Amino acid sequence: MMRLPDFRYYAPQTLQEAANILADQGPTASLIAGGTDLLPKMKRRQQEPETLIALNNIRQLKEIGNGPGLRLGAGVTLSDIVADQRLEEDHRALWQAASQVATPQLRNTATLGGNLCVDTRCTYHDQSFEWRKAIDFCIKQDGETCWAAPTSDRCWAVSSTDSAPALIALGAEVRLVAASGERTVPLEALYRDDGALYLTRQPEEILAEVILPSNAKWRSTYWKLRRRGACDFPILSVAAALRSDAGGTVREARLVLGAISSSPVLCNDVAALLIGNRLSDDLIEEAARLAGASARPKENTDAPAYWRRRMAVPMVTWALKELRGDDMCDERRRLAGQAASMSHEPQSSQTTNEENPK
Amino acid sequence: MSKRDKFRVVGKPRARIDGLSKTTGQTRFADDITLPRMLHCKLLRSHVPHAEILDLDVSRAEAMAGVHLILTGEDFPVTYGILPVSQDERALCKNKVRFVGDPVAAVIAVDEDTAERAARSIDVRYRPLTTVSDPVKALSQDAARLHDYGEEGNIHRRLAYSFGDVDESLADSAHVFEDVFFYQGNTHLALEQHAAVAAADPEGRVTLWSSTQCPHYVHRALSKALELPTTQIRVIACPNGGGFGGKTDVFNHEIVVTKAALRCGRPVKICLTREEVFYCHRGRHPVLMKIRTGVSADGKLTGMHLQTLLDGGAYGSYGVASTFYTGALQPVTYHLPRYRFDACRVFTNKPPCGPKRGHGTPQPRFGQEIQLDKIAEKLNKDPAELRLDIVEQPDTLTANYLKIGTIGLAECIKRVVARSKWQDKHRKLPFGRGVGIACGAYLSGAGHAIYWNKMPHSGVQLKLDRSGSVTVFCGSTDIGQGSNDVLAVIVAEVLGICPDNVRTVTGDTALTPVDLGSYSSRVTLMTGNAAIQAAERARDLLAKAVAEQLEVPGETLLFADGCVFDPADPDSGVSFEQAVVAAESRFGTLGTVGSYAPPRPEARFKGGGVGPSPAYSYSAAVVDVEVDPETGMIIVNRVYIAHDIGRALNPVSVEGQVVGGVYMGLGEALMEEQVFRRMPPKLSDALVHRCPSMLDYKSLSSLDMPEVIVELVENPDPNGPFGAKEVGQGPLLPIMPAVANAVYDAVGVRIDEVPITPEKILKGLDQKARGGEGRVGPADFPDIQWPEPYFVPPPWEGGDGQSTNDPEQKRAATMHKMDRTTAS
Repeated sequence: MMRLPDFRYYAPQTLQEAANILADQGPTASLIAGGTDLLPKMKRRQQEPETLIALNNIRQLKEIGNGPGLRLGAGVTLSDIVADQRLEEDHRALWQAASQVATPQLRNTATLGGNLCVDTRCTYHDQSFEWRKAIDFCIKQDGETCWAAPTSDRCWAVSSTDSAPALIALGAEVRLVAASGERTVPLEALYRDDGALYLTRQPEEILAEVILPSNAKWRSTYWKLRRRGACDFPILSVAAALRSDAGGTVREARLVLGAISSSPVLCNDVAALLIGNRLSDDLIEEAARLAGASARPKENTDAPAYWRRRMAVPMVTWALKELRGDDMCDERRRLAGQAASMSHEPQSSQTTNEENPK
Repeated sequence: MSKRDKFRVVGKPRARIDGLSKTTGQTRFADDITLPRMLHCKLLRSHVPHAEILDLDVSRAEAMAGVHLILTGEDFPVTYGILPVSQDERALCKNKVRFVGDPVAAVIAVDEDTAERAARSIDVRYRPLTTVSDPVKALSQDAARLHDYGEEGNIHRRLAYSFGDVDESLADSAHVFEDVFFYQGNTHLALEQHAAVAAADPEGRVTLWSSTQCPHYVHRALSKALELPTTQIRVIACPNGGGFGGKTDVFNHEIVVTKAALRCGRPVKICLTREEVFYCHRGRHPVLMKIRTGVSADGKLTGMHLQTLLDGGAYGSYGVASTFYTGALQPVTYHLPRYRFDACRVFTNKPPCGPKRGHGTPQPRFGQEIQLDKIAEKLNKDPAELRLDIVEQPDTLTANYLKIGTIGLAECIKRVVARSKWQDKHRKLPFGRGVGIACGAYLSGAGHAIYWNKMPHSGVQLKLDRSGSVTVFCGSTDIGQGSNDVLAVIVAEVLGICPDNVRTVTGDTALTPVDLGSYSSRVTLMTGNAAIQAAERARDLLAKAVAEQLEVPGETLLFADGCVFDPADPDSGVSFEQAVVAAESRFGTLGTVGSYAPPRPEARFKGGGVGPSPAYSYSAAVVDVEVDPETGMIIVNRVYIAHDIGRALNPVSVEGQVVGGVYMGLGEALMEEQVFRRMPPKLSDALVHRCPSMLDYKSLSSLDMPEVIVELVENPDPNGPFGAKEVGQGPLLPIMPAVANAVYDAVGVRIDEVPITPEKILKGLDQKARGGEGRVGPADFPDIQWPEPYFVPPPWEGGDGQSTNDPEQKRAATMHKMDRTTAS
């Protein structure tokens, strides 16, 4: 089997204690919460931290509290989010995103903070040490070339978090805590469009909390593309949030594309197009085309870039139509690869063993 | 009393005898074995695709604390291979590596971590050789050769057979259809990763426990590769956590740990990582194929010319057999008056391909069943009707001399047509929704062992004693398919006892008589017949003893419900235990044997040994799909499948196998592909498996499965035990073409290759929107220099199963002449 490398392990009880250990250990330490991203990567020797600082024992990180909207501890599990009715009703994009991460077993362990910081993914990099040695490594780690774009001088690994596009659309902020102090930044500022250095988090900082604004009157949605409905990382996602007035005119809007680049892509031009207008079919079509133009995927995820690029337009269309109030259940079902109910064609399983006519 | 009621165990849906152990996690797989003082083994594998090994320095690794032994190619001077014609593997590479993953050294250490660290400290210097990745390019002579055997260039093997003059038939046909298809390679993806443990005893004998489907073949190969007498070796097949053909070969890690256990005097274990399992592979060959079929004006087939090109990967494995199988079974479904078949397998720098569920037959079946759909459309016939009109007759000898006994294909087609309401749906559903139909056939066991011999293919020993307990000993291996249950059902039926009272001891070369292994869907039929023979002999002994005691004629006695009695006077009977006591008292210690060998094939031509089987199973499937024209997503609503099983010994197990076949078939149809990544050649020689992990090698999960409606067609075959035929492989075959045909019915796009993915649908739709034909698939089939075919006239053209020419003799003569010309 694949074995973990050796490491030192700390399990602090408080955030301050964790921050102190992190400051003390320096960049060779890594934080661990659910471990669903980190541990497989350690087994593949993509990351070999000398020290792991576990956040699981820190109560404060597991709380959902009141803030302007809500304050979510970074250690809240994705299953906690899926179980929370307030999130389901008022911050639907996040709820939908969390519901579609991996499988129930993984969601029980994986945390919100972990999903926000999930490593960028690339089919040239998410491989064992021996496999990566066979291609002489890549620019993300130990190598020189980005095999997804050999003439480029940067890493094009793909931002693969489901929750970040949703939370950016919702206008969330994150609180980062270090031994020396703390700061709060808009979530989009946490990301950098570089697959190797994809977070602006400093090595001594701990992502402690997600702060959701009061989203009364906002509607939001999250759409995820993947080949296998039962369990897959996103290969394209669309998160959108809108506030419209009583007459249906869009007053505020945010649209984010995920899993298409090394960071979530906040499409301000699309928002500008929507604001001040009603969501007519024509407007939605124009917005989708505009958003689709910013989708320029590389051949480094599961499905071909051709398909991912093409899917941006219909997915943005569906997201906006859903926010307009259209019933998009059928599109959602198909995108998840689920069969329609065939109840109108009854199948009595008892008859499968019927006696054969002789 | 209906026929079925005659049986007390056979045909009754029951929980399997090993069901609770499996479902509660108590079954001990190879990786569950831990022995005192056990050492652990890791293999260092090549990270280059094709290279000469210049130097291998193990000194740093050897010096590490906890390292007990390092083995290299020097320790394995003898080559081996599963087929006698392809002895091209070495447990560890000696001078050359042939794919990324080819093992070059083994470290045996106190624990896995130490072994892994030490393996990484071995320094290997390679001299790179040209990377051979494309099977078409591999055909040409100038590509660097992987092996110094085989034919020219990287051609491993070419075949050509002509059963009658197909060109003549095609010239006289009302229509000739010519299509090119591609079937992408894929792997077995058994949940259990291969593991093996070896332990030597002080007498110098060694035991290997392994997750293998074929302990008998492993036994023979170990003896050859390690130069040890077979009497010194014992192979125990552990229950397999799935096989699907992926554990039928002999693996380098099995040979390595056996050698290491002998050298260290301590048990040695290896458990492969999932990535290493992808490198073991031996899975579905990628096959490019061309099918030319002649059709009469009323939709009858007049002849077919099939050509296949197989990408074999780096070694022979079962490849020569796979190559034959890409053509052997085409004539057993529909009547084919004449048939020509050319096939070619090439070596490339990839993990070796071999047998996966359906072994070589799903690829051409995919092509033929799509082509039939095209023929039906052109002739304006219903594709189900077209098939019903051409289904082969029972008790027929095919054009290529395969003897068909029972054939329930027509009944299968009728059942799925009725069940799916085909007539209301085909060409009648709204755009975006469709149904497709396809059929398939498979062997119930290969007619020949992989090495030539006149011995039984399967042997069973039965032990009965005064406790009333019955133990069956058989070399067969339960790989999850339920073969132990088959033995128990059959023995219980014959002896009139409950299957739970039958113990099975299987897959142990020291304790059990030889069975060739769990491959070619041979186990139910062959071990079943052997078990019937052994059980009937035991029943005869018991009957004789009881008859004497009851003073009735032995032949009148009935064995049922744990009793032996005269049906005329049931109250005076004895219990089964008393019957055994009577027999043991009368005859001494009780034991019987049974064995089975398949009937002699009708084919007399060279190569006619691949394809014959005691019985063929048949399947038909209708797949109902929804295709989203905007996204290309394909959603399977429901699968209707009928399978001609002959007789279901345990209907629950049979249905499980059918649904399992559908599951695997949908994976191959929609997602699975064992594909390789070539870097830009200017920058790198690398050729790597694109996704050697269960996350990225896409396969359906149980949540992605549609509803499957199973119909069992029971038409007992005289060659099967109680009439039973196979079910482990056949039901996979119709699924892939049925999906392709359903997609066409839904959106009018022909996807002539698997996997059928959303982007291919969109490309087809785009093409159609621009006025194109709306087809995605290979453009053409390469020009291959085929040898002169063996010409075998079909039975109805006066043939007797022999070829009327011997192209090989002729070729040898020509070569000889050429040599002489060159020399002079």
